Amino acid sequence: MLYAAKIASRYLTASLAQTGLLVLGVALGVFIFIFMSALIGGLASFILARTAGDMAHVTIQAEAQDPALLGPAQGVLLAQGPATGHTAILRDTAALLPLIAALPGVTGVSPQINGSGFMTRGGEVIQVSIMGLEPGRESVIANLASYILQGSADLASGGVLLGKTLAEDLDVTLGQQVRLTSTQGVEALLTVTGIYQMGSGGPDRRQAYVGLATARVLIQMPQGVTRVEIKLTDLYAADALAPQIKALTGLDAKSWTEQAAQLLDALQAQAQTGYILKAFALLTIIIGVASALLLSTYRRRPEIGIMRAMGAGRGFVMAVFVIQGGLIGVMGGLLGAGLGYLVLLAFPGRESFSSGSGLPIDITQGAYGLAIWLTTLGAVLASILPARSAARLDPVTAIGQ
Amino acid sequence: MTLLQVSDLVKTFGAGEAETRVLRGLNLTLKTAELAALLGPSGSGKSTLLTILGTLMRPTSGAHTMLGVDLTRADDRALTEFRNRHIGFVFQFHNLLPDFTALENVIFPTAVREGRESAAARTRGAELLVRMGLKDRIQFPTANLSGGQKQRVAVARALMNRPELVLADEPTGNLDRASAGQVMDLIAEINRDEGTTFLISTHDEKIAALCRRQIVVGDGVVTG
Ligand SMILES: Nc1ncnc2c1ncn2[C@@H]1O[C@H](COP(=O)(O)OP(=O)(O)O)[C@@H](O)[C@H]1O
Ligand SMILES: [Mg+2]
Repeated sequence: MLYAAKIASRYLTASLAQTGLLVLGVALGVFIFIFMSALIGGLASFILARTAGDMAHVTIQAEAQDPALLGPAQGVLLAQGPATGHTAILRDTAALLPLIAALPGVTGVSPQINGSGFMTRGGEVIQVSIMGLEPGRESVIANLASYILQGSADLASGGVLLGKTLAEDLDVTLGQQVRLTSTQGVEALLTVTGIYQMGSGGPDRRQAYVGLATARVLIQMPQGVTRVEIKLTDLYAADALAPQIKALTGLDAKSWTEQAAQLLDALQAQAQTGYILKAFALLTIIIGVASALLLSTYRRRPEIGIMRAMGAGRGFVMAVFVIQGGLIGVMGGLLGAGLGYLVLLAFPGRESFSSGSGLPIDITQGAYGLAIWLTTLGAVLASILPARSAARLDPVTAIGQ
Repeated sequence: MTLLQVSDLVKTFGAGEAETRVLRGLNLTLKTAELAALLGPSGSGKSTLLTILGTLMRPTSGAHTMLGVDLTRADDRALTEFRNRHIGFVFQFHNLLPDFTALENVIFPTAVREGRESAAARTRGAELLVRMGLKDRIQFPTANLSGGQKQRVAVARALMNRPELVLADEPTGNLDRASAGQVMDLIAEINRDEGTTFLISTHDEKIAALCRRQIVVGDGVVTG
């Protein structure tokens, strides 16, 4: 092996320009691999931060009371009590909230009362969803404060926060009053204390934020809440934390992943696109190395014949070319990884990335080790075919006397 | 003492209409320490015979034994090993590995067997090159050597593993008269001192005259 390695490395150094080009080609493939890894990884983190960032990571939603199942009486298949028809309520959450907030990994807890109704001003009537938040916790889940265009995110009693589109549709401005009527039939005259723009159509068009106290009156819920939203430091910890919260509180805590199947699907599709592109980069490397080595075995036919005549076995000839492939793979892999790292360094970090200015590249997700390893493996595999054809050459025709 | 023997050796190339019978029942015996010239017109089958004797090609039929070993029955691995230990080659062209020095070329047959370039092999290789009059060319890249020097390196390499038989296919065919004479003198000297058997194909009568035995092939058999 050692001697085969000596011959192999001599062959590579004998035509430096050719070897250099080949290694550079491999390095380019590795670079693409690493760039794609960093981009897809960074993009996934970015999208998650953007969407799941404003999303609750764990949600406790009050279940609409199931109609009670009565024990089957003689001769009756199924007996059912009447449905309640009331808004589902989470009672006794007040004592549980500090417990949840104290769990490791939990950054914030937001009790909410949700409902719906319609807003009127002048002749305009617009259906809205009512979101009652606890004053002081307005920005625990979605960072409401950061979306405020006018006024503030503080939910004072008698105040309401409106999305920009909704405010425009109603033709109201900051400080003006709107009438909000809940589906429960309660009516309130509220002052617009803030106008926000989240950028996504839904909330901007149909969401009205009010204080928890106002919501209690509107939804007719003197106690309890309809939902508790929980935010975590690591959104991927949600699947582990949800059952923990459930065990702690006895409430039905659900991870965001259960509801955000579409988002997960999209991220998965994106990752798959990344895999395909990376596979193509690897394939390019393999084809490049294979064709270069095939050319080399052709050019060195007489030498291969001479070596065989001097007592080199087929295995030895094979080793000479496979080792060449391996060396090219290692060199190209290292060069490409180094190059990739340097180029990625030039991109602004993902933290400073904002949409519209460059790419959300994450230099830590470059998969450098994997790239080098796969490239070496690929180059060795690529060399097997040319190496076999070299080993099987008939020495007499190869020498070509 | 008999070194090798072939009998009823037949070699045909191609099949059907295109079939060429190159060797047609050739018989030949070589003894230890012989210095023999292989003569015959171009296309008479000299190279074919040499490659069969060198175990680089199998005969279509016939017997082939060397050092008591039946080589027609040996597999590729065994033939490679046999060749490495017992047979040296000198070809007319493309003899050397161009990206290696004279010394690296000479010690190849030993290094490939041992899996490394040992100090002992280097010492023997250098001695052989000195003996070939290439003392100041030992570390030379072979690409920079003259034709005569290349052939002398090739002779040194053929002798590296102390083979019983060296097969040389027109080793001087490419050289000027002075270089050819030099190579032949060295071959004769090694043959005399070491008892190595040489079989040298040539169509140069002057080269043939330097050998103690002349074997002539024609029509696929030995005619003289
Ligand atoms: N691989 C081959 N395929 C077909 N014909 C061959 C092959 N090798 C040699 N021959 C033919 O065999 C004959 C003898 O060739 P060769 O042994 O090279 O003769 P010499 O060395 O005496 O000139 C020639 O007619 C040549 O064309
Ligand atoms: Mg010939």
